[in-house]
Amino acid sequence: MTQAPDHSAPDMSRRAFLAAAGAVTGLALAPGVTLFAPAMARPVGTAASDKVRWGLLIDLNKMDDGGAKGVAACSAENGWVAAEGSTTDARWIRTLKVSNPANKTVQTLPMMCQHCAEPPCVDVCPTGASMKRADGIVLVDKHTCIGCRYCVLACPYGARSFIHEPLTGQRSHAPRGKGTVESCTLCVHRVDADREPACVEAYGGSKQGAMVFGDLNDPESDISKLVATYATHQVRSDLGTRPGVWYRGLA
Amino acid sequence: MSVRSAFMIATLVLFSTGVAAEGVPQPHPPKGKGEACVAETDFMRRNHPDLLKHQRDDTLRLGIRGDKFSLKECVACHAVPGADSKPVTVKNPKHFCRECHDYAAVQIDCFECHNSVPDDKRSASIDFTMPGTGPGRRTALSLNQCSVGETG
Amino acid sequence: MSTSRITYQRIKGESPAFLGWLGALGLLIVLGLASAWTMEHHGHVITGMSNRIVWGLPHVFAVFMIVAASGALNVASIASVFGKSAYKPLAPLSTLLALALLVGGLSVLVLDLGRPDRLIVAMTTYNFSSIFAWNIYLYVGFIAVGVVYLWMMMERRMNAYTKPVGVFAFIWRLALTTGTGSIFGFLVARQAWDAAIMAPMFIALSLAFGLAVFLVLTIAISRQTGRELGAGLLRRLGRLLGIFAAVVLYFAAIQHLTNLYAAEHAEVERFILFDGGIYTALFWLGQIVIGGVIPLALIFAPQIKSSANTVMWAALAVIIGGFAQLYVIIIGGQAFPQILFPGRIVESSFADGGIAAYAPSLPELGLGLGGAALALAIVTLVIKILAVLPTTMADKD
Repeated sequence: MTQAPDHSAPDMSRRAFLAAAGAVTGLALAPGVTLFAPAMARPVGTAASDKVRWGLLIDLNKMDDGGAKGVAACSAENGWVAAEGSTTDARWIRTLKVSNPANKTVQTLPMMCQHCAEPPCVDVCPTGASMKRADGIVLVDKHTCIGCRYCVLACPYGARSFIHEPLTGQRSHAPRGKGTVESCTLCVHRVDADREPACVEAYGGSKQGAMVFGDLNDPESDISKLVATYATHQVRSDLGTRPGVWYRGLA
Repeated sequence: MSVRSAFMIATLVLFSTGVAAEGVPQPHPPKGKGEACVAETDFMRRNHPDLLKHQRDDTLRLGIRGDKFSLKECVACHAVPGADSKPVTVKNPKHFCRECHDYAAVQIDCFECHNSVPDDKRSASIDFTMPGTGPGRRTALSLNQCSVGETG
Repeated sequence: MSTSRITYQRIKGESPAFLGWLGALGLLIVLGLASAWTMEHHGHVITGMSNRIVWGLPHVFAVFMIVAASGALNVASIASVFGKSAYKPLAPLSTLLALALLVGGLSVLVLDLGRPDRLIVAMTTYNFSSIFAWNIYLYVGFIAVGVVYLWMMMERRMNAYTKPVGVFAFIWRLALTTGTGSIFGFLVARQAWDAAIMAPMFIALSLAFGLAVFLVLTIAISRQTGRELGAGLLRRLGRLLGIFAAVVLYFAAIQHLTNLYAAEHAEVERFILFDGGIYTALFWLGQIVIGGVIPLALIFAPQIKSSANTVMWAALAVIIGGFAQLYVIIIGGQAFPQILFPGRIVESSFADGGIAAYAPSLPELGLGLGGAALALAIVTLVIKILAVLPTTMADKD
């Protein structure tokens, strides 16, 4: 809990001390959210900034179910339901089963919008509905989407879905409707409220390490340190899309 | 009397009886919750399309949260209870937006994607309150005049 | 420049055959609109399209018509740009066909959108990194350029400007077709498309498809209205069609041979050329045999005497082959899986890996045919309302 600055006392050093004490208290009081330094909290009413780049690190060594919990959490949070075997239902995140024919190893991993720094889906959208927010989150502006599906063709990761039927009962924080395209929003409504994406939370939060969410532009953030220290990979990095999702423990 | 004048008189008679009997029907949108809307009624009536359209870009494209002209908040305050005392969706003509929009014959596009009823209290809804006041807790600063004191 | 004046004349358009033809086209247009309405109302779930195959049969129709539209302008260009005055009588019809095909193709494309009610948004909000956005300008601009071109040709006082406008239209349609091919060529995400050859290949396709549609239409009109089509004109245009069909075969050969050489593309080539089921059949039988070998034989084989019939059949074969080729490019290109982990086998609940299934549905066919009918109806009505057809299409000796 931060303390309001004391306007009646113009003593700068005392104010600074109070602010610092408040910041430390805030860190100590809420251990679960210590990964978020107060500097990360974006005040309500301000725009997203390109000083921050949100990203994910998926540690497959720590993930025991190949992403299934994340898929279920995303589905519950954002209100999409994908029936088994349906090719028309939307899937914001899915589990991939990757097998190596040379040695018969099989690995399961979650795949979602990679929130690329150079997203092909943003380049090809005729109306600019497919967009990259300043802080790196790739979104579809469904007010402008005309449903041409060109971005679905352009995404190398198969991350985009087209809504094939009329929908009801949408979550108020995740509007979605027939005839537009959508994909993982990195739970932008949570991120803007200083929370973590639902999939990350399903694995116990960034602290647990199976999925880590954080600022890739901040070299001191946990995610940046992990990406810099261990062998982590991006999917199809050869395409030059510069994804914001890193994987550790790819076979 | 010529056919033309007979026709004109007949038309006038028909229209005048209609007007005399009931007048032109007016829409009667029900009052929202709380004491007042976030702006004057006349102002909202005139400008709500522009306000919503401008703010949606601020929120979605720029990531600016917490502005007072939020569709989610409009829906929450202006929810109209149905026979089962649950808020009616936009498919029901009693929905707040339908009252005027049906009268003006202007199709509403918002609810193709946005939910026309407030979120169920059980599901986690996101409140954009001032930092330091705790998650989900509404304060006077939240500009949501309908539910001061309610916890999200 | 020919010194004799060409006379243009409206057709009477009163015979039972004509009215029956218009009626049939009208019925197809109504069915097309009904198809579009059900697709918009119920969502694309009622079609054969899915999240793996997002562009289906309507897009095959639309792309064919847009590509053919650009090529249909050819005869007018040969007259205005390349100065071959023998083709001048047919130049207005050629331009009209180009405009009609473009309108037909665009109507299918727009009505298939997930939010066709947002056409105004598409026309006013642009992301200029997108070739699709550029194409909107190119397509709509082409309609404007084409209308002006037609006016230059039909208004005697403006005839002097036919050449500069014709040159402008010729360059514009090259840009338009390059843009259409680049829709596919610019995408890295699909093995079958990511190639610079797509743009020039689409230029070649436009030459062949456009001339084929023009020939079928002109021969039909000459028979129905009793305007004899000159044997010399027919033979020359027939040979041109044969050359264009050969050029299309050349581009297909280069595209596939280059892909076959690179081990990286071996999988997708094997899919198209050998074990892709319907796509392999459409490629060999449709694109190569019907779209290439048969027209070449009909036009160039010395044993076959050149006539309106042989040219008509050759043109029909090119059209059928063209549809097959676009089906393989557009739908086959989506059916082949995206490569997320090269060298690995990938499966998922989202139908990753494996060939995606697609079966065209009735609303898609209805929409496509409706667009084609619209194009033909525009030509049919305009030649009745305006003096677009020359009084004679015989050779000038």
